[in-house]
Amino acid sequence: MYFLEAEDVVKQFSGHLALDKVSIQVPPGKIFGLLGPNGAGKTTLLRIINRITAPDSGSIRFNGLESRPEDVFRIGYMPEERGLYKKMKVGEQAIYLARLKGLSYPEAKKRLTEWFDKFEITSWWNRKLEELSKGMQQKIQFIITVIHKPELLIFDEPFSGFDPVNADRVKQEIAELKYLGHTIIFSTHNMASVEEICDEIALIDRSKVVLSGEVNEIRNRFKSNILNVALCWEGGIFSIDSNYYTVLSAKAQAGEIRMRIRKNPGVNNSEIITELSGSHEIMSFAEELPSMNDIFINTVSGTDSTQI
Amino acid sequence: MNKTGIIIKREYVRRVSKKSFLLVTFLMPFMVAALVFVPLWLSSIRSDEVKTVAVMDTTGKYASLFEDTGNFRFINSDKSLNDYRNSENKEIAAFLNITGDLLQNPEAAALYSEKQIPGELSRLVNQTLERALEEEKLASFNIPNLREIINESKVNLSVQTIKWGADGSENTSSAMVASMIGMIFTIIVYVFIVAYGSMVMQGVMEEKTNRIVELMISSVRPFDLMMGKIIGIAFVGLTQLFLWGIMTSALIMGGTFLLGGGAADIPAVQQGMSMAPGGMLMQSGVDMAAMQEVNEWLGIINSINFVEIGVFFILYFIGGYLLYAAIFAAIGSAINQQEDSNQFIAPVMVFMVFAVYAGIYSMDNPDGPLAFWCSMIPFTSPVVMMVRLPYDVPVWELLVSVALLLATAMAITWLSARIYRVGILMYGKKPDIKEIIKWVKY
Repeated sequence: MYFLEAEDVVKQFSGHLALDKVSIQVPPGKIFGLLGPNGAGKTTLLRIINRITAPDSGSIRFNGLESRPEDVFRIGYMPEERGLYKKMKVGEQAIYLARLKGLSYPEAKKRLTEWFDKFEITSWWNRKLEELSKGMQQKIQFIITVIHKPELLIFDEPFSGFDPVNADRVKQEIAELKYLGHTIIFSTHNMASVEEICDEIALIDRSKVVLSGEVNEIRNRFKSNILNVALCWEGGIFSIDSNYYTVLSAKAQAGEIRMRIRKNPGVNNSEIITELSGSHEIMSFAEELPSMNDIFINTVSGTDSTQI
Repeated sequence: MNKTGIIIKREYVRRVSKKSFLLVTFLMPFMVAALVFVPLWLSSIRSDEVKTVAVMDTTGKYASLFEDTGNFRFINSDKSLNDYRNSENKEIAAFLNITGDLLQNPEAAALYSEKQIPGELSRLVNQTLERALEEEKLASFNIPNLREIINESKVNLSVQTIKWGADGSENTSSAMVASMIGMIFTIIVYVFIVAYGSMVMQGVMEEKTNRIVELMISSVRPFDLMMGKIIGIAFVGLTQLFLWGIMTSALIMGGTFLLGGGAADIPAVQQGMSMAPGGMLMQSGVDMAAMQEVNEWLGIINSINFVEIGVFFILYFIGGYLLYAAIFAAIGSAINQQEDSNQFIAPVMVFMVFAVYAGIYSMDNPDGPLAFWCSMIPFTSPVVMMVRLPYDVPVWELLVSVALLLATAMAITWLSARIYRVGILMYGKKPDIKEIIKWVKY
C-alpha cells in the first residue's frame, strides 16, 4: 500500500493546464523526489496534496483513503516561497506556528529548544526575524516544518538559499527523518542530492509525468552500456580489438591503462572480464550509470546526451 | 486553546505590545485633557505687564468712566494724538481718542496703537462706552425708574421639551443632549470601523506579501485565519477605547480637582466630563446661568436610557465592525500592493462617509424617511442608528435593523472568506471585479 497516491490529477488555470492527469505513488518511509523544470507544475501538485488548492479532477489518497481536510495535520509543508513574520521574534514566532500545528505550549517550547540547540541557533531566540540572513531564516523554516513530527514531510526546493555546508546539513537531517520513519516528498533541481538521498522520483515536464520509478532502476534503464576499466600494464603491445566491445578512449600512464569502452549488444559484463583477465590484471571495472542530471536533461529536452 | 484562539491571541498581543499602540493609547487622554484644561488655565493667567492706555477726551464726558483693570491702566491726557506720535516715549501702549459726543456721532471714538490692539482692550472700551451711552439715552427719555422697568420686563424663556412615556410618565427630554450623545457614539463607531477595518486589511496584506500565508494555510483553515485576525483586532480596538475612557475621565476629574473648584469652574468641569467619551467639545458659557443649565442637563442625561443605548451600541458596533472588517479582509487578500488598494477601498469609504452625512442630517429629523431607511440598510445602520438611539426608536425598528445587520455581516463574512481563501494565494496580476466574482463561485 502506498502512503500517498495522486491519481489523474488535473488542474486548469486560466489560460493553461498546470497538471494533466498526473499520477504519483509515494511508498511509506521513503524519500520521494519530485523533479521537473521550472513551471512544470510541481508546486501546484504539492499545493493540491496540502489541500491549499483543489484539483479540477482526480484524487489524492492517504493510505488508500480519499484525502480529508484533517489530513493536512499529518503533513509538514515547507513552501518554496518562504515566508515568516518579519517583525516577530524568532522564538515567539516558532512557538506560535508550532502551536497552530497542534502542539501544546510546553511541548512546542521543549521541541524547539532541542532543535535550536541542534542547529546551534539558540542565541537567535529573541532576535527579530528580519535581522537574520536568508539562510538563517531557512533554518527556522525547516524547524517549523518538522516540529510537529508529521507522517509526511513535503519540502519544496529545500536546498535553495543554503550554502553548501548548510545544504549538506539539511540533507543529513532529511535522511535522518526518513530513518525515523517519516515519508518525505521533496521537489528540487539539485540532481546530485536526488541520487544521494531519493529512493523514488517522478519527473514532471509540461504538466505531465514523463518518468517515474526507483532511482536505481531508472538509472539502469537509462544506462548506455559504457564501462570504465583500468588494467595493469608493464609496457609492450596492447591489443584493443575485441568481439565483445569497442574502445571509445584509452590512456596509458604510470603502469596502467584506463579505457572507456562500450559493450556490444547482447554481451555480459562477465564475458568481458573473463577475456580481459586472461591477458591482464584488472585493477577496476565499473559500469558507467548515467547521472540523474543527464537523465533529467535528456528526458526534458528530448535529446540523448548520454550517447556522446 | 483552539486555533482561532491562538491566532486571536497573537494578533492581540502583538498589536497591544507595540510601542506605537502604547504611545497613542497613553498620550491621547493627556492630549484630550490638555485640550480641555490648557485654554482654561491660560485664560486664568493674567499677564504681568500692565499696559497703559492714554485717553484723550475732548468732550470730558467719558474719560472718567474708564477704570483700571488687571491688564490695563487708563490715564487721562491733554496732549493731542500727534504729540504722542512724534514723541520718543513708548511707554503708552494704546491711545483712545474721543473727539465728540458719541450719541450724535458714534464714529467720534477711535483706538490707536503702534501694535495690534488686543481684543480684550477693544471689548473693554466698547462695553464701557456702550453702558455709558445706554444710561445717557435712557436718562434722555425722562421717565422715572426706567432702568427698573426694563429689567423687570426682560423674559428669559427656554421651552421645556417633555416626552410622554408609554406608561403615561413624563420625562424632560432635550434634543440637544440627545443629539450630542448620538453624535458621540456615531463618531466612535465610524472612527473605529475605519481605523481598525483598515488595520485588518494591512494585516492580511502583510501575510500575503510575506508569503507566510501558504505556511499558515497548511495548518489552519483560511476562514479561521481571517476570523482570528478580525476578532483579535476588534479586541485591540476595544482595549484602546476602554483605556481611553477610563484615563480621560480620571485625568479630567483629577485636573478639575487640581484647578480648584470655584463656581465658575463647574460648567467647565461638566464641559470636560461630557467630552470624555468621544472627544467632542460642548460649548457652554462660563457664567452663573450655565450652572443651572448644567443641572438641568444632568437631569436630562439621567432620563436617557443608557442601558438600552449601551446594549444596542455594542450590537451595532460588533455588527458594523464585522461587516466592514470582512470586506477589508477580502480587499487585502485580493490585492498585491498597497497602491492597488485605493480602487477597492474607495467604494467602501463612500458608504461610510455617506453614512456619517446621513447621520448628521438625521439629527434634525430622527424619524424621517432618510433616518429610517439609512438605519435599516446594514451598510449605514451602525452609524445612523447611533444618532437615532437616544430619541427612543420603536423596538420593532431596532430589532429588524439589528437582525438585518447581523445577517448581512454574516453573509458578507462568508462571501469575504471565499474571496480571501483564493485571493491570499494569488500573486501576480491585479484582479478585477469579474475575477473576484469567479473566486466566490470557485
